[in-house]
Amino acid sequence: MKPLMLGAVAYDAKVVPIWEGFRAYFEARGLAFDYVLYSNYERQVEAHLRGEIDVAWNSPLAWIEADRAAPGRARAVAMRDTDCDLTSVVIARPGIASLAELRGKRVGVGAADSPQATLIPLLAFAEAGIEVEVVRHDVLVGKHGDHVGGERDAVKALAAGTVDAACVIDGNRLAFAREGILPAGATVVHQTPPYDHCNFTVLGDTPTKFVDLLLAMSYEDPQVRPLLDMEGLKAWRPGRTSGYAQLERAVDRFKTLEPWLAEQARRGNDRRAR
Amino acid sequence: MIVELGDLALDEGAHLLIKRALATDEQVEVRGTAPTLGVDLPAWCRARGLRINIAFRPGVYIVHRGPARWRDAERAGRVDAPSAHAEARWGLAARGALVEAGAPPLDLPLADRAEVWADEAARLYAQAAAAQWDPATAIPWDAPATHPPEVEDAIVQVMTYLIENETAALLVPTRFLARLHPHFREVMQLLAIQAADEARHIEVFTRRARLRRSELGLSTAGGQASLATLFDEPDFAIASFLLSVLGEGSFLSLLRFLREHAPDACTREVARLAAQDEARHVAFGLAHLQRHVAEDPTLRSRLASAIERRHTALAQTAGLNEEVFDALLLLAAGSWKPDALRAGHAKVVALQQDMDDGRRQRLARLGFTPEEAAALSSLHTRNFM
Repeated sequence: MKPLMLGAVAYDAKVVPIWEGFRAYFEARGLAFDYVLYSNYERQVEAHLRGEIDVAWNSPLAWIEADRAAPGRARAVAMRDTDCDLTSVVIARPGIASLAELRGKRVGVGAADSPQATLIPLLAFAEAGIEVEVVRHDVLVGKHGDHVGGERDAVKALAAGTVDAACVIDGNRLAFAREGILPAGATVVHQTPPYDHCNFTVLGDTPTKFVDLLLAMSYEDPQVRPLLDMEGLKAWRPGRTSGYAQLERAVDRFKTLEPWLAEQARRGNDRRAR
Repeated sequence: MIVELGDLALDEGAHLLIKRALATDEQVEVRGTAPTLGVDLPAWCRARGLRINIAFRPGVYIVHRGPARWRDAERAGRVDAPSAHAEARWGLAARGALVEAGAPPLDLPLADRAEVWADEAARLYAQAAAAQWDPATAIPWDAPATHPPEVEDAIVQVMTYLIENETAALLVPTRFLARLHPHFREVMQLLAIQAADEARHIEVFTRRARLRRSELGLSTAGGQASLATLFDEPDFAIASFLLSVLGEGSFLSLLRFLREHAPDACTREVARLAAQDEARHVAFGLAHLQRHVAEDPTLRSRLASAIERRHTALAQTAGLNEEVFDALLLLAAGSWKPDALRAGHAKVVALQQDMDDGRRQRLARLGFTPEEAAALSSLHTRNFM
């Protein structure tokens, strides 16, 4: 039987044991499964459009890429509980109390393609009509901010005084505070509305068995728990696309995807996907 | 339950108060005034799979308990006494710890109490820990020596032989230590400190040998063949029987001989301190074999056939090398005078008798009849260890 092929981006070495573990889990339950790793999300989405994989473990930006290159066909079939309702925060140096006070100041963000540490926070500035000098921390571009390094560098720049504010995902504010790299007196001057993160994307029919087996994984099952711990979740949830509105507005506003979409059109990838 | 955090933030330890409350209540109301609480608490809950509702009033949250990580956890036996069998799934957990299900199993072959345990292990370990000595200060390295050069050569030969034997006495138990389930903590500790004892013996014997000579003595093929049979023994009970009860037991006699007859204070002290440690090794070997034989009487016949097997395997070798025998004789004689040599010879003969007596007594403690003990002792390797 032809295995269900999943694509994932190798943003870290732990990605290999994660998908090996999932493969064993699926195969033990009668689902032939294999995976391919890509070095960046664009390659993964392109392979998906060419039909080389059945399911893509997509970042939110990769989801929008797939959805725009194959309109009406992309479906988010599952996501982690930890992908739902995230927020990003803007942390400013002492003495700055609001987003408006950052007008004309230097704002540290993550990698250029990071939804959480760059695109969504910068949308907040843009929609509030506040122009700032953006200082990017491009760690592993193409991996859509999956690597925490860009956010950590932004916070280190805040501590070093080379930027006036840093943009990070909410959970990393707490993590950096515990690591002791947040400067004393730094204040959260803005929190974005909630948004969603990664999802399993298909272009066509939903692989029902795959989704059912994911949703059946219980954190209370000791065989499954190590896998869920590695992938950073407690439970899988059915996919939803209601949480990508901010990112949609951001990529429209900043024309983030235009060069890539033009390239797909030139190659005919979008037509093939239809 | 209501958890009042006051102005304590989640990056200042507030999570402990929430965890404590969730340990008893399915759902808790968290109240706080820390400026970052609204950012940190939802993120903290999300990462732990805890559902959170924001109440109508600012600074008030309802947090629900998350998935039960510890549901199938089990205790790795009892802290105060080992279980009859140590489960592989307990892994490296401390005996008596609550072990989360799903940890990688640690599959070690020595996992049955009957095979490895002795009630004396804890006491012997404590004794060993208290009796560790420092070779730098415990031995009178500068003590004067007046014996003839050939007697010094004899001491060097005996030391060379002791180092080789103590190396076996270090490595053989260590191989079992690595196969022992750590649930039998006291036995693990005892084997570890035994290895440390042997390491120290190897150090002092080497240092004594090099005190006045730049080269060591001889190592014979027969001696090494005898020790090699200890390495080939896969059974813990049989290996500790051959090594600790018979081999180290015989070495106790040898070390006592050196303590009495060595011509210099330094050698005498080296032998005295090493004998102190070896007595503990013999005591543990005897204790766990006595227990093992009591639980499994068929072990006795397996022990007997192990001696016979080893005897057959070594029948073609030369036994104790002549160089060691002669060195012991000269060492005990202290000079080349015929009367002294005669006396030295008598002492070495008495030594072998003493070794035989000791072996027979220990065999009797394992339940062998005097006749069986005498027969088995006579089959023990002529290489002593």
